[in-house]
Amino acid sequence: MTILSISKLTKRYGRSPVLEGVDLALSPGERVALLGHNGAGKSTLMKLVLGLTRASAGRIEVAGHAPGSAVARALTAYLPENVAFHPSLSAREQIAHYLRLRGKNPRDAAPLLERVGLGDAMDRRIGTYSKGMRQRVGLAQALIGRPRLMVLDEPTSGLDPVSRREFYALLEELAASGSAILLSSHALSEVETKTDRIVILSRGRKVAEGTLDALRTEAALPLTVHLRPREGQGPALAAAFPEAQRRADLLTLTCPPAEKMALMARLSRANGALADFDLLPPSLDDIYAQISGRAA
Amino acid sequence: MISRILSTARIEFLIALRNRWVTIAIAMMMLFSLVLSVAGSAPSGALGADRLSVTVASLTSLSVYLVPLLALLISFDAVAGEVERGTLPLHLTYPLGRGGLLAGKLAAQLLVVALAVTLGYAVAAVVAVQASGAAALAGLPALFRLIWTSVLLGAVFLSLGHAMSSLSRRPSGAAGMAIALWLVFIVLYDLGLLAAVVADDGGAFTTRVFPWLLVANPADAFRIFNLAASDAVGAASGLAGAADAIAIWKPLASLLLWPLAAALLARAAFGRVQP
Ligand SMILES: Nc1ncnc2c1ncn2[C@@H]1O[C@H](COP(=O)(O)OP(=O)(O)OP(=O)(O)O)[C@@H](O)[C@H]1O
Ligand SMILES: [Mg+2]
Repeated sequence: MTILSISKLTKRYGRSPVLEGVDLALSPGERVALLGHNGAGKSTLMKLVLGLTRASAGRIEVAGHAPGSAVARALTAYLPENVAFHPSLSAREQIAHYLRLRGKNPRDAAPLLERVGLGDAMDRRIGTYSKGMRQRVGLAQALIGRPRLMVLDEPTSGLDPVSRREFYALLEELAASGSAILLSSHALSEVETKTDRIVILSRGRKVAEGTLDALRTEAALPLTVHLRPREGQGPALAAAFPEAQRRADLLTLTCPPAEKMALMARLSRANGALADFDLLPPSLDDIYAQISGRAA
Repeated sequence: MISRILSTARIEFLIALRNRWVTIAIAMMMLFSLVLSVAGSAPSGALGADRLSVTVASLTSLSVYLVPLLALLISFDAVAGEVERGTLPLHLTYPLGRGGLLAGKLAAQLLVVALAVTLGYAVAAVVAVQASGAAALAGLPALFRLIWTSVLLGAVFLSLGHAMSSLSRRPSGAAGMAIALWLVFIVLYDLGLLAAVVADDGGAFTTRVFPWLLVANPADAFRIFNLAASDAVGAASGLAGAADAIAIWKPLASLLLWPLAAALLARAAFGRVQP
């Protein structure tokens, strides 16, 4: 069962393609992160899913319905990037209106706003809110009525680190209750443990898709290894690891992921000369740069 | 569907209230009505019309200018403002279609117009009754007619404002287009007809085409209908002859059809806006 299925999606503005032949499917309860450089086509993909613009070619179905159709709109929640509201309304008035539009009780506005941490400010005009507070109003409206599909465009932009964590906890709850979530982000490190699958767009093409582990394997970047010799054992250790570079009292070397076990064996053989070691996996930003850069 | 439109109307009315549009519209109509009804007291006895009918006659001439202007002022921002604020994409993902969104805005803005004309004209009625007592009440039907036709006229220009707003997509552009529209419908159209009639000098154009062209313009239809529907008002305006020449159903039909046509036009224009 898929709630969102996209196949061979292409979108052109004039002649230049913004998306080309993108395939994607989301099942209920799945969290998928969409990554890509500025102008990669993330927001465009989302607008197509919502039926806000029309595809040049390809198919999109939301639970079997056309994007933007009445059924699809009823099932989908959206958080646009740079979400905006009329400045002279209070958050409570705005959310109460959105609740009525979705056929829900407008009194639920207060608990909903408390849930996103706007309990104290909800009766103030949105025009007086900070960027992060506006973003929270946007989140609150996206939470209305347990949507089957949530499309969130850079949902954590403007949120402080604590709020981000709370936000991802909220997403986990929603996913556990069966909502499918498609969100975009700029940092692999941010979505690392919080999503089930990662899709990377580069210049309108899908260049990678999978779990973080799969992407890590695909990038095949070497690990960095730091070795600390025992007192007076520096030369002995350097002899055991001739490829290592000396930095201060540390030895540093790199190791392809496939040779990790072999390295472990060498480390245990050098036990006498070794005080401590660190194995640093390639950083997420390195992996991301490697994958999206390779496609370009 | 209806409850969604009502909710939209409610929130839009709240916004109009906060933006002081409601206050401005009501104050404007009350002020002008007051000035007209106080200033227009002199000629009443001479024409044999009751005091209120005289006031309605001068209010009619005023409203032809003021109601469309007010309606355009209230409505020009409706779509362009949302595009500029960036609130439109989100609104269009809600289970309320474009038609519903526009209908909700129209309902709220129509309420503002209705409040403004009702309260404004009421001031004039009070002044008339104060000045000449119960005799002025003979003009009440004419006043009611003026109110509901003003609302219809307002509806036409609200929807035309929405159409301009959708076509230009920028508030500044929409404001310019609204002013141009007002000039064309309210000023240039009549001037053009006048010039044509003068040039034609009583020929086929004046007798056959001109009456139709006159009622085809909602503002002219509004004027003719209000002057022709009441003998007293027609007499007070001194235009009874001109208005009588046209069957009363024609301007009425024009006033009833225009709001519909304008709303459809606005919907079509809004449909082309890509958020
Ligand atoms: N209405 C439009 N007309 C023309 N080009 C457009 C339009 N909307 C988007 N584009 C182009 O499409 C490309 C993708 O834009 P999009 O907003 O989808 O990028 P993005 O991945 O969301 O970027 P960001 O990370 O900066 O938000 C950009 O090159 C942009 O200029
Ligand atoms: Mg974007």
